Amino acid sequence: MTRQMTGAQIVVQALKDQGVEIIFGYPGGAILPIYDEIFKQNKIRHIIVRHEQAATHAAEGYARSTGKPGVVLVTSGPGATNAVTGMTDALMDSIPMIVLTGQVPTFMIGNDAFQEADTIGITRPCTKHNWLVKDTNILAETIHQAFHVATTGRPGPVLVDIPKDVQFAMGNYTTIQKTKVSHYQPRVKGDIDAITKAVEMLEKAERPIIYSGGGVINSGVGASQLLRELADATGAPITSTLMGLGAYPASGENWLGMLGMHGTYEANMAMHDCDFMLCVGARFDDRITGRTDAFSPNSYKVHIDIDPSSINKIIRVDTPIIGDIGHVLEDILKVWKSRGRKTNAAGIAKWQAQISEWKAVDCLKYKNSDTIIKPQYALQRLEALTKDHDRYITTEVGQHQMWAAQYLTFEEPHRFMTSGGLGTMGYGTPASMGVQIAHPDALVINVAGEASWLMNMQEMGTAIQFNLPTKQFILNNERLGMVRQWQELLHGSRYSQSWSESLPDFVKLADAFGAKGIRCSDPADLDDAIMEMLDYDGPVIFDCVVEKHENCYPMIPSGAAHNEMLMGDAKTENAITGKGAALV
Amino acid sequence: MNALVLKKGASRKSAYDLKNPLGDEVETHTLTVIVDNEAGVLARVIGLFSGRGYNIDSLTVAETDHHGHLSRITIVTTGTPAVIVQIKAQLDRMIPIHSVNDLTVEGPSVERELAMLKVTGEGEKRVEAMRLADIFRANVVDTTLSSFVFEITGTSEKIDAFVELMRPLGLTELARTGVAALARGR
Repeated sequence: MTRQMTGAQIVVQALKDQGVEIIFGYPGGAILPIYDEIFKQNKIRHIIVRHEQAATHAAEGYARSTGKPGVVLVTSGPGATNAVTGMTDALMDSIPMIVLTGQVPTFMIGNDAFQEADTIGITRPCTKHNWLVKDTNILAETIHQAFHVATTGRPGPVLVDIPKDVQFAMGNYTTIQKTKVSHYQPRVKGDIDAITKAVEMLEKAERPIIYSGGGVINSGVGASQLLRELADATGAPITSTLMGLGAYPASGENWLGMLGMHGTYEANMAMHDCDFMLCVGARFDDRITGRTDAFSPNSYKVHIDIDPSSINKIIRVDTPIIGDIGHVLEDILKVWKSRGRKTNAAGIAKWQAQISEWKAVDCLKYKNSDTIIKPQYALQRLEALTKDHDRYITTEVGQHQMWAAQYLTFEEPHRFMTSGGLGTMGYGTPASMGVQIAHPDALVINVAGEASWLMNMQEMGTAIQFNLPTKQFILNNERLGMVRQWQELLHGSRYSQSWSESLPDFVKLADAFGAKGIRCSDPADLDDAIMEMLDYDGPVIFDCVVEKHENCYPMIPSGAAHNEMLMGDAKTENAITGKGAALV
Repeated sequence: MNALVLKKGASRKSAYDLKNPLGDEVETHTLTVIVDNEAGVLARVIGLFSGRGYNIDSLTVAETDHHGHLSRITIVTTGTPAVIVQIKAQLDRMIPIHSVNDLTVEGPSVERELAMLKVTGEGEKRVEAMRLADIFRANVVDTTLSSFVFEITGTSEKIDAFVELMRPLGLTELARTGVAALARGR
C-alpha cells in the first residue's frame, strides 16, 4: 500500500516518521514547496535562523545536547554553500546531522541557473554521504536512508539535494519499514579475542590510563555509565579529549582533567609515562598526541573505535577493537568480572601516588589581580555560581574555549558543546540556540571571545524571536587571543592583525536586539554581575572585559612531547622553533 | 587481530617472508572495489585519493552487474604498508562501497591490461614492428601502408616492455585501459 503525495509532502512526512520535532532553516526560491508544507502543519517546529551557517551549528548544538540528529533545511546555491562550514564541523566532530537542500529543477541543472551550485560536488568531501534525488518516487526512501547513515556507525552529516520539480511532482511515499535495508551496517560488537587480550593487559598494568573521547558521548548515556564503572572499579586514572568531557565526572576520584595541547600537567605526564593505555572513542588527534614519535613510548595501547579507519591512522596500537563503545565496554567489564576482577593493586597504588605528585604542581594556577579580571578568574566565578544549575555550556574557538575546558567542570555527558576538530569560530552562539531549544528550562551559557562572537552575532535575533534565554558570556580581551599567543611564541611578538579594532558597545548592541546587556571590568563586581545575568529571564550579552595579554597554559608547544609542557611561568618568546614551527 | 602479514608473492610457510607493518618501503597494491553503480561514485573514490594525498597508478571502472546495479573499480595504488591499510579502511567506510579486496595480499590473482599502439613508419622499421608484435602476440586491428594499430593484452610489465620496443619504431599514439584483475580459483 503506497501513498501518493507531492515531493514536498513526502519530505515533511518522512521527517515526521523519523520523529523529527525541530528543524533549523532558512527559506529560498528552490525550497519553497517544502516551506509551504511546513506552513501547513504544526507537528514539526521550524526555527528560522539568520544565516544558514548558524542553522547547521544550531543543529549541531541540538544534536550534541540530546543525542538525536539535527535537521537543517536550506535553499540551493548560497543556502547550501553557507551550510558547508557546519557540515565540515559536524564531520570532524562526528555529529549526526541531516541537511536538506533545495536545488534548481532537474531540467535546469548544469545551465548555471539562478542560485544553482553543484551542491553534491561541493559537499561530497564534507558529508558522510550525500544524495541528489531526481525522482520523487525514491525521495522518501532516500531521506530514510539519510537518517540511517547519519546516525549509525560513526555519526556524521549527510545531505539530500532536492530539485524544485521533484518537490512539486507526485510520487509514492515509502515508509521506514518498507525502505530496503541498507548494506551499510557498521559492526557494533567488538572481537571477543581482542577484548580478552585488552582485559589481560589491564589486569597486569602497573600504570594504566583511560583516554576517552567524543565517541563515548556519541555512543549514548549508557556508555558513559560503563566508562565510569570501569574506571572506578579498576582504579585506572582517566583523562579525556575536549570532545569527551563529561563522560566521566570531573568530581570523580580518578579524573585527571583534559589532556593534550592545553590539557593538565597530570593528564599529559600520565599519558607519557603509562604502561597501558585504553583509548575509548578518541582518535589520537594532533592536539592530543603532540610529537607522535614521542607519544606514550612505553605503553601497551588498546584502541576502541567504531570507525576502522581511525585504527593505526596516527598512532600504532597493539590491540584494536572495532565496535560501538557501549557494547565493547560492556563486554570488557563482563570479561574482567568473570576473570575475577583482577588489578595490579600494588602497581596502581604507586601510580596514583605519582599522579598525586603531578597534581600538586597545580598546573592551572595563575596570577590573579585586584584591578583587572583575569579570564581564568572569570570562569572560576562562573563555575562557582552556576555549578548547581542544570547547565549546558557551548564555546566559540580560541583561548576562552581552552579555559572553559580547564576551569569549568562537567559531571554529565551532552553538557559541553564545542567545535573540536574543525575549530570553527562562530560556532558557539548558534549552537547555544540549538541547545536552548532542546532544553528550554536549562541554563545555557556560550563562553565566547569577542572576536569569535562577532562571527555569528546576528543569531541574537533568533534568540529574541524564539525567547531563548541563552547567556552570551564574552571574555573580551580585544584580541584574537590564541593567534596573539602563537605570534608571541613563534613570530617574535609581531601581532599581525590579531587585535579587535572598532568593537561594538556590547551593552548597546544587546539593547538594540532587545536583549539585556551587562558589562563588567572590575573583579570586585564580577559576582554580582554574573548573578544579574543568571537572574535575568531572557537572553543576555555579558561583556566581561578581561586582561588583554593573558596566555593559555599549560601548553604543549607544537612539535613537543607530552612531558615537555610549558607552564604558566614559562619564558614564551619564540618558544616554538624548528620543525614544530610548521605545525599548527 | 595481529595476523602475520606476508610479503608480496611470499609463501605462508617461512618466517623470512614476514613483512614489517611499520616499514616505510613503498609497495604497489591492486585493490578491487565493488560499488553501487550510482552517479558520482567514481568522483567519491577519486576525491578520497586526492583529498587524503594517496596515489593512483591506474584505475578502471565499469558496470559488472547490471541487475544488481554494481560496478567494479580496480585501483593500482602505491604507499607504505600503513598507508595501504589506511586506504582500504577509508574506502571500506564509504557508503556506496560494498567490498574492498586487496588482491596483492589476499592470495594469487591475475592482472591484465589492454593497450592500443599506433606505430607509423615505412620500410625496415615497419617490418621490425610487425615482427616484434608477433613475438608479443599483439594483434593488428588497423593498418594503412604507413601505419599499424596494435592491440596487446597482458600484465602492465609486458605492455611497458612492448611500448618501449615500439618507441624507436615510430610509436605515435598510445591508449591503455588500466589494470583489470581477479583473484584466482573459486
